Amino acid sequence: MATAALESLPAPLRSTLRLKTKQQELLLRVSALALIYVLAFAVRLFSVLRYESMIHEFDPYFNYRTTLFLTEHGFSEFWNWFDSESWYPLGRVVGGTLFPGLMVTAALLHRLLRALSLAVHIREVCVLTAPFFAANTTLVAYAFGREIWDSGAGLVAAALIAVCPGYISRSVAGSYDNEGVAIFALLLTFYLFVRAVNTGSLAWSLASAFGYFYMVSAWGGYVFIINLLPLYVLVLLVTGRYSQRLYVAYNSTYVLGMLLAMQIRFVGFQHVQSGEHMAAMGVFFLLQVFFFLDWMKYLLNDAKLFKSFLRITLTCVITVGTLALGIGTASGYISPWTGRFYSLLDPTYAKDHIPIIASVSEHQPTAWSSFMFDFHILLFLFPAGLYFCFKRLSDATIFIVMYGLTSMYFAGVMVRLILVAAPAVCLISAIAASATIKNLTTLIRSKSRSPQTVSGKATGSKAAAKGAVDQSLPYQKNAAIVLLLGAFYLLSRYAVHCTWVTSEAYSSPSIVLAARGHNGGRVIFDDYREAYYWLRQNTPSDAKIMSWWDYGYQITAMGNRTVIVDNNTWNNTHIATVGRAMSSYEDEAYEIMQSLDVNYVLVVFGGVTGYSSDDINKFLWMVRIGGGVFPVIKEPDYLVNGEYRIDKGAAPKMLNCLMYKLCYYRFGELTTEYGKPPGYDRVRGVEIGNKDIKLEYLEEAFTTSNWIVRIYKVKPPKNRS
Amino acid sequence: MAPSLSALATAVSSLLLLLLAAVISVSSSPPAPEDSIRIISAEKRIDLTSSTVKVFLTLKQYLHFYSRLRLFQVENDATGPEVSQVLLAFTPTEAEHLAVVKATRAEGKRKKKMYVPLSVKASDLAATPNGARLYSILLSSPLKPAEVTTLEVFYVLTHSLEPFPAEITQSDPQLVYYRDSAVLLSPYHVLEQATYIKMPSNRVESFTRVDPISRAGNEVKYGTYNNQLPNSYLPILVHYENNRPFAVVEELVRRVEISHWGNVQITEQYKLKHAGARHKGVFSRLEYQSRPSISGVSSFKNLLAMLPPRVHSVYYRDEIGNISSSHLRSDSHKSELEIEPRYPLFGGWHCTFTIGYGLPLQDFLFESDDGRRYMNLTFGCPLLDTVVDDLTIKVVLPEGSTSPQAVVPFLTEQYLETSYSYLDVVGRTTVVLKKKNIVGEHNVPFQVFYEFNPIFMLAEPLMLMSAVFLFFVACIAYVHMDLSIGKS
Repeated sequence: MATAALESLPAPLRSTLRLKTKQQELLLRVSALALIYVLAFAVRLFSVLRYESMIHEFDPYFNYRTTLFLTEHGFSEFWNWFDSESWYPLGRVVGGTLFPGLMVTAALLHRLLRALSLAVHIREVCVLTAPFFAANTTLVAYAFGREIWDSGAGLVAAALIAVCPGYISRSVAGSYDNEGVAIFALLLTFYLFVRAVNTGSLAWSLASAFGYFYMVSAWGGYVFIINLLPLYVLVLLVTGRYSQRLYVAYNSTYVLGMLLAMQIRFVGFQHVQSGEHMAAMGVFFLLQVFFFLDWMKYLLNDAKLFKSFLRITLTCVITVGTLALGIGTASGYISPWTGRFYSLLDPTYAKDHIPIIASVSEHQPTAWSSFMFDFHILLFLFPAGLYFCFKRLSDATIFIVMYGLTSMYFAGVMVRLILVAAPAVCLISAIAASATIKNLTTLIRSKSRSPQTVSGKATGSKAAAKGAVDQSLPYQKNAAIVLLLGAFYLLSRYAVHCTWVTSEAYSSPSIVLAARGHNGGRVIFDDYREAYYWLRQNTPSDAKIMSWWDYGYQITAMGNRTVIVDNNTWNNTHIATVGRAMSSYEDEAYEIMQSLDVNYVLVVFGGVTGYSSDDINKFLWMVRIGGGVFPVIKEPDYLVNGEYRIDKGAAPKMLNCLMYKLCYYRFGELTTEYGKPPGYDRVRGVEIGNKDIKLEYLEEAFTTSNWIVRIYKVKPPKNRS
Repeated sequence: MAPSLSALATAVSSLLLLLLAAVISVSSSPPAPEDSIRIISAEKRIDLTSSTVKVFLTLKQYLHFYSRLRLFQVENDATGPEVSQVLLAFTPTEAEHLAVVKATRAEGKRKKKMYVPLSVKASDLAATPNGARLYSILLSSPLKPAEVTTLEVFYVLTHSLEPFPAEITQSDPQLVYYRDSAVLLSPYHVLEQATYIKMPSNRVESFTRVDPISRAGNEVKYGTYNNQLPNSYLPILVHYENNRPFAVVEELVRRVEISHWGNVQITEQYKLKHAGARHKGVFSRLEYQSRPSISGVSSFKNLLAMLPPRVHSVYYRDEIGNISSSHLRSDSHKSELEIEPRYPLFGGWHCTFTIGYGLPLQDFLFESDDGRRYMNLTFGCPLLDTVVDDLTIKVVLPEGSTSPQAVVPFLTEQYLETSYSYLDVVGRTTVVLKKKNIVGEHNVPFQVFYEFNPIFMLAEPLMLMSAVFLFFVACIAYVHMDLSIGKS
């Protein structure tokens, strides 16, 4: 039809409007990419449509609060911000202890929109930052796929990553967290680096360094880059793929990236001082030695002489390197690896040594089911893609293979690192999907059109090999069609699965809880905000709230009140003090609370509604973390024969500790379920063991309508008489 | 001698029915106008009831002060002047809390009796004992010597009920003090006068005894008193139970944005407070849920807003997000928005929230005879049953409108400012109206006149269109141009 329309136009105009094949392809690619871009953005909006435009979870509330501060007070105030509302009485140097990339990005976007006279609120910008960057990631994935394979693989990669649940889980609208922009920055850095290695161009290396800088400013996961790049360089050196291009790319990226990264206060001099960053520096020096030897070899032009020279140099270098590392470590100039780093290399480390890391659910080792849930068919395409990569080995494919394998390992260690693996898995799977489909379509087309059509170079040796085998098979065309249909079926299942996962699992804000009522209607439990708003409006503005650290960020952001501990978890002793207070008897806890100037205590209790992630279920972690610092708290005191119970058979210490009392105060008078005795806990499914709870030093100040959040006021000390 | 009423006290009002009759004094010297008037009989009805039954629908929720004056003026002497104004006196505290004063005059004989509204202004007459403030009622036709007329005055006082005890627990009822005078404070001679005080229930703790006095159920009658001298005052104190919601909006900002594309967007920011007796000690959800009749009787958990009909896109939220507990019922005459704050409000508890809604433009925007346009909106606060301490109405006119002028039936503070919204270049002219002490009686229409050229409506769409157009031109140029320096 379009051609018919064109025919009717006058000749000169027709020649201008008719697109050349290249332009047609460009148009096709651009429109496919544009659709993918929109899809990536739109699929992440379930939560906004189903709930509202709000910030989700815990950490995003801190990010939102700091962004708000940044937009209101400007950058230098933000950089020097000492936050006295958290970690009372210690406070927190916010500017020096956060990755500012996310906040600065959102603030800049906000300013840009304001400059275009679009009167949007900063909250909307924050809510939509993650989907926006996810959409941008698809563009980077396209470019990356094109760099390592061809533009077809790039398009498939963009489409796969646009809906990959492993990535969506951290980038739905409202999950305003560092990862939202960091995955974009991570992939961008990798892409630019691979591009720099492929071209040997200084410009791409510098771009890569800036990508790295952005990544460092956004997320602690930059450590992955600073270790993967040297590993990659090492592998290339070992496999004899050293080239001038690699030398330029790595050196300029590393040096400039390191210097830029030092500008981030939270990172500071870690690039030269921390054990985690030493690999990059070691490889940097190694590369210089390698280059030097290469040069000497050329200069000496004598194999024997060079061999002895090599021996001397290597001995010197290794001695000097070991000495420097040894002295640096011994003198404390180079800090040893942190616990978090150890726990990545050894999955059991955290469980034994750092309960505070082990207590977080997203730090648990990944189950197979969540791999399947987050990757679906990519899990099967991934090995196939590795096969294709090995078939056509190049600097770029080696990189993506290494990225894929290492990140898959980390994804197995920690649930949340599935996120880092997602782009690699998508890219490698895209190679598999694209190459297979391309081979199959070439087969079909070559048969139907002209048998001698030579498959292009891009189709790869696979197609040629397959074609050779297939020559003898009678039904190869039919088989190819069936296989193609199968591939389309699988890919469409993937799309369906991703949409379903996004809508069912990853689009709940976790602040607002929704359940089905008796008549099928949606019941909303908005208790968290009810309690936080009550705190905000009806407590003195300098009130100090004690709660378990999970709720710290939310209380400061929504309740606008000072908290003792929050999700930053930088001071284990402080958290342990709170854990100790929660697990002590009321009078002992009162002394601790007095010493911390606590005015209110907030607990989360799900016994009335059946909300299972409440403080009673988290209580053993409080005991463990508290006991880790204060040996007075012993875990066995709260258990009966190693069993955690809250009913009549519970340990006496359990029945009388502060947390138990605060959660179950006057709960014994309430009938929660028809046909059950009063005081029936719907989460644990038992009748509570201590129904006659008297509070001496605290009084109930507020309980939300579904009892999920309970706030108690700490009474002032009695007058001395 | 006027008892100082606590500023913390609530929305008071009272219904006062004053029947006064004034007789001209018999004097030989040329009398001052006030001396020539006598109040023959006055009846003051103070309504302190809480009409929880009518809580949603009637204006009587706010206990109003109705007064009806009957004035007789008798010309005795040829020297007696004609009187064109009648003075009302208030104590300084009352004047401070006075939200509305209205007066009407009865005209015609019994069968065809009708009430003509009269205008009331603060009088600048000085020299009153104890700083009493005077308000003058301007009569439509002067009162001739020896003529008798009937006036009805209605006024509303806010913040005049003082909770006592000032702090109560969850299970206590709320008791309040009301202070007034048994006799009518007036610059004139009052020949005969009675005061009736109506309370919400029989639970009256105490009241001052000034004989003659009688009590029947929930009503106390002071009087009848005869021959009171001008400016006489007899303080009384009534202590009774009042569990009505003492909802006070400390600050309300209503923002009205007019779009000539067919929508009026209204955003209202409330700062609400329970101004009754302060809650002390424990708040027990268990008690509140299981014994609603005796626990937290003076607290309230929902409010009703009356919005215009055909309202759409209503939202109800606060700084931390949407509040899911609200219901909208609408029919062709009105829309009722029932809102529940996140938590029940006890004495002294605060809560802030925002209500926003859109209205069809044709219901509110009209063209006047001189070619100007005018917006016809309702002043005051759409929340029933509340007192607003500080009201700001911002009418944001469309970009490009000129010479705005607001017409409000009472005194307001007015000024202009400029506000910016989506795609604004020069900004929108905004008319700001401010008034303190607002009650339901202020919900009357007001107008904002302005001039607007419809061509300005096209500015923003044209801007967007040209931006999109330029983008496509750039794309076409990119596809058709070869920017490489050397041919490879």
